[in-house]
Amino acid sequence: MTIAPEKTDVQLEIKIGDDWLAVCPLSRLVPGRGVAALLPGGRQAALFLDRDGRPYAIDNRDPFGGAQVLSRGLIGTAAGRHFVASPLLKQRFDLETGACLDDEEVSVTAYEVRLY
Amino acid sequence: MAAMSAMSTPAISPTIVVVGHGMVGQRFLEALADRGVTERARIVVLCEEPRAAYDRVKLTSYFSGNTPDDLSMVEDGFMEKHGIELHLDDPAVSVDTAARTVVSRAGVTIAYDTLVLATGSYPFVPPVPGKDAEGCFVYRTIEDLLAIEEYAKTSRVGAVVGGGLLGLEAAGALKGLGLETHIVEFAPRLMPVQVDEGGGAALLRTIENMGLSVHTGVGTQEVVAGETGAVTGMALSDGSVLPTDMVVFSAGVRPRDQLAREAGLAVGERGGIVVDEQCRTSDPAVFAIGECALASDGRVYGLVAPGYEMAETAAAALEGEVRSFTGADLSTKLKLLGVDVASFGDAHGTAEGCLDVVYSDSRAGLYKKLVIGTDGTLLGGILVGDAEQYGTLRAFTGSKPPVSAEQLVLPAGAGAPVALGPAALPDEAVVCSCHNVTKGTIRGAVNDHQCTTVPEVKKCTKAGTGCGSCVKVLGQLVNAELEASGVEVDKGLCACFGQTRQELYEIVRALRITSYQQLLDHHGRKAARGGNGCEVCKPTVGSIIASLAPTIGASGYVLEGEQAALQDTNDHFLANMQKNGSYSIVPRIPGGEITPEKLIVIGEVARDFGLYTKITGGQRIDLFGARVDQLPQIWGRLVDAGFESGHAYGKALRTVKSCVGQTWCRYGVQDSVRMAIDLELRYRGLRSPHKLKSAVSGCQRECAEAQSKDFGVIATANGWNLYVGGNGGATPRHADLLAQDLSDGELIRLIDRFLMFYIRTADRLERTSTWLERIEGGLDHVRDVVVEDSLGICAELESLMADHVAGYRDEWAETLDDPERLMRFVSFVNAPDVPDPTVRFVPERDQVKPDLPLLSIRPLDEALEGSAAR
Ligand code: SRM
Ligand SMILES: Cc1cc2nc3c(=O)[nH]c(=O)nc-3n(C[C@H](O)[C@H](O)[C@H](O)COP(=O)(O)OP(=O)(O)OC[C@H]3O[C@@H](n4cnc5c(N)ncnc54)[C@H](O)[C@@H]3O)c2cc1C
Ligand code: SF4
Ligand code: FES
Repeated sequence: MTIAPEKTDVQLEIKIGDDWLAVCPLSRLVPGRGVAALLPGGRQAALFLDRDGRPYAIDNRDPFGGAQVLSRGLIGTAAGRHFVASPLLKQRFDLETGACLDDEEVSVTAYEVRLY
Repeated sequence: MAAMSAMSTPAISPTIVVVGHGMVGQRFLEALADRGVTERARIVVLCEEPRAAYDRVKLTSYFSGNTPDDLSMVEDGFMEKHGIELHLDDPAVSVDTAARTVVSRAGVTIAYDTLVLATGSYPFVPPVPGKDAEGCFVYRTIEDLLAIEEYAKTSRVGAVVGGGLLGLEAAGALKGLGLETHIVEFAPRLMPVQVDEGGGAALLRTIENMGLSVHTGVGTQEVVAGETGAVTGMALSDGSVLPTDMVVFSAGVRPRDQLAREAGLAVGERGGIVVDEQCRTSDPAVFAIGECALASDGRVYGLVAPGYEMAETAAAALEGEVRSFTGADLSTKLKLLGVDVASFGDAHGTAEGCLDVVYSDSRAGLYKKLVIGTDGTLLGGILVGDAEQYGTLRAFTGSKPPVSAEQLVLPAGAGAPVALGPAALPDEAVVCSCHNVTKGTIRGAVNDHQCTTVPEVKKCTKAGTGCGSCVKVLGQLVNAELEASGVEVDKGLCACFGQTRQELYEIVRALRITSYQQLLDHHGRKAARGGNGCEVCKPTVGSIIASLAPTIGASGYVLEGEQAALQDTNDHFLANMQKNGSYSIVPRIPGGEITPEKLIVIGEVARDFGLYTKITGGQRIDLFGARVDQLPQIWGRLVDAGFESGHAYGKALRTVKSCVGQTWCRYGVQDSVRMAIDLELRYRGLRSPHKLKSAVSGCQRECAEAQSKDFGVIATANGWNLYVGGNGGATPRHADLLAQDLSDGELIRLIDRFLMFYIRTADRLERTSTWLERIEGGLDHVRDVVVEDSLGICAELESLMADHVAGYRDEWAETLDDPERLMRFVSFVNAPDVPDPTVRFVPERDQVKPDLPLLSIRPLDEALEGSAAR
């Protein structure tokens, strides 16, 4: 089993405009699950770690139901694409692009993230 | 006006006006789009209703939760994509065939080259006095349903005039709205058009058992209104008066041909716009399709499939294609009030010299009749109560079935008939009658077009995309064809695992695998190994590991280590997520018994946190509207007061309901409350393929509804009767009696075995009811295994349950003791003290409800647009 690097001072950062915003220490994330972060201006992001410890961030709002819950979905891999399935009605969103895999016309914002 | 020859010259039509945007009108537009006509012509649609075409056939499903949007038949963006001008709420009021213009109610005049009338039908209201009183309705449009729903709120009794197909649907809807419901039918039986006397009797019996009152052989003479002008009753032809608060007329439909009539087009003697085989009216520039048309065989078709056929025919004619509509099959299969009713072919046996083969059991509400020609050809039939074989039998119509007719109508188990699968059908048999698709075409889709799934075959052949009644046979055919060509049919759980849930259970148990990733990397499909799995297999495997935890040496705590990453969001937060991202809280209240002190604690907690409070259908209390960060505080108080998790979020034991039983009730013969509490405490926390529900009644009167539960117990003078496989929900099933007159110890041992056997062998999300119906040998097999120990596994099943009982710990108490876990209960990882501002509530009936409009506001801050740069 692969575990995310255990360096406690490693921070998860998300790119907002031209700046990197530190969100939380890496240790706060469980591989395979997500957390929500509050962004300046009131938007919310959903951050995830996959089993290999790679981070992702997309908007937290489920565009179908409107609730800020994507961070609480289950993540998975389908045809090589990593996704999160919304906990409301299970639509899946690509973690890298934000595109909805079940409805071509819907997508959410995807953010750049890094471990720093 | 230049007469056009109908078949030869392609009529290129710069402006096509369609009057009526119902099911058939929409189908016509799709047929035009398919042919590319929409690119060449201007298309204008006049729609009388305030909404675009919707699925009228499924109208009644509005009452079971389908919204008008769900019923829409128009794909998002369809009109825009094809440049079709749709005018809602603006019917055509006149047509001038000489000038070729249509005038709409809004006063717009539109010139056409081709006019297509798709105006459908209107409900026929018999001309009885009082028919326009307040409280009288018809049943045709969504607007009708909304009005009925509103009026029913202040009514107690409802009556439906007409016991045909639509009347029964309407009656079902009234019953569903909580009304005492009556059906008044002039003919001597229900559904006189579709079924014969025997079928009507079976139907009557079943419908009366549901608590509806049926009055056949009587007519409605007058609708009686009170002083306010509102309905108070109905005077019937037998001299009686039926008191009722509302009346729904469902006495048949009549073609809407008035527009055509006034425009001078030919109409039939009994209504309907006369059309030829290409669906052209007496004016060649005008077509009529769907329920408003009188087809060339002299009939008006009140079903959607023939209407679709006409839509295709008219669209083809516009393009000069040769296609004709000369009549259609009237076969139908319906589920009315939960009863299957099907008729196909020559159902009433009108052919000369034909014979009937009938099986009838009116006690069970079953009736099956086949009409057989003198040479043994299957000509038609009627099925009431069980229409399983409809798809196959309909396809055999017109040919000689390979087995005798008696064998086809006997129920399974009686006289051991052969199961006549679709494999036995000839290639030319029509499997999908909506789209006229034969078995040969379906086989071709699989063999020549590489379709391997039903959705692919649907796309390729259109089979199954109409009324849907053939989808089951379609599935069987596709699988049979794949198997025959050596392709193994994939029964795997999901794209990650090729095994079924049962096979995974055996792997986990035998190899004592306690990690999902290990299972995925060693036993998953090649392409899925090393990946993140998916939302289907993660919770399934999480549940298998949890049910086997004490036995395989895993932690039984669902938030331990990797387990936490596998749980559905509800299990992850040990609460049920609601619409707006808030959660509900359901403490366990074993057997529904609760002390006043505990009730007070629940009341205080709800008051202090402003939670919406409701008594559930499972004899306990649900507290709604907690933010994720409030869950630990709320549970802290509940656990202190002695409450435990109720697992309302888990695929696990929910509740064991009880009736008050012997202690208080004058009829009770055993202490049902004590038994319910014992059972609930024994099986609490047990993770299973789907949720588990139970109930214990103190006597045969069954106040706890035990026979609708996965395992239900009813007291007898000598002990307990155990029922299994009951279900409420969407497909209710009465439980089967597994064993009688058991002692306490025998009862518990048997339930232990039953539950563990189910957990071991069921599919993902398969309730005990569907499991029992699916597994080979059914109830008898289960009885052999758990009562007679035919597989020699009972000792093992019991020990698995003993492990579970010994290992049980309350998940909430455990979570509250674990500071690290508690850190997850925050709205924001970077602002733990800030509550999610989108979780808000507004008042309703002295409590709160989610502020949903708030959710539709999308926070837009340009400066914050993310950079999706990867
Ligand atoms: C709260 C409650 C309604 C109420 O206000 O009374 C309820 C609420 C929900 N039910 Fe139920 N059901 C509730 C009693 C029932 C009952 C009645 C009963 O248990 O006696 C039934 C029919 C009996 C049965 O299950 O056989 C029932 C049949 C369903 C079904 C259909 C199951 C089926 O086999 O067809 C679902 C959907 C599912 O599980 O897939 C469902 C699903 C749900 C879900 C989980 C839907 C969801 O995903 O949000 C609701 C979650 C509640 C929550 O967030 O807290 N609920 N549900 C009841 C909670 C009972 C309890 O104390 O645990
Ligand atoms: C409750 C219910 C259950 C049913 N169940 C089944 C079933 O199980 N199987 C089955 O095969 N069939 C069923 N039917 C019948 C099926 O719905 C109809 O056969 C089908 O809708 C006919 O389609 P249509 O387009 O011809 O008419 P409709 O769907 O009625 O559409 C006609 C439209 O034209 C509009 N219109 C009329 N005049 C004008 C005008 N002058 N200008 C503009 N617009 C106008 C009407 O408002 C209507 O919207 C059911 C019907 C109902 C009501
Ligand atoms: S089931 Fe029997 S014992 Fe229980 S409350 Fe009803 S009548 Fe009384
Ligand atoms: S028979 Fe109606 S969809 Fe196939």
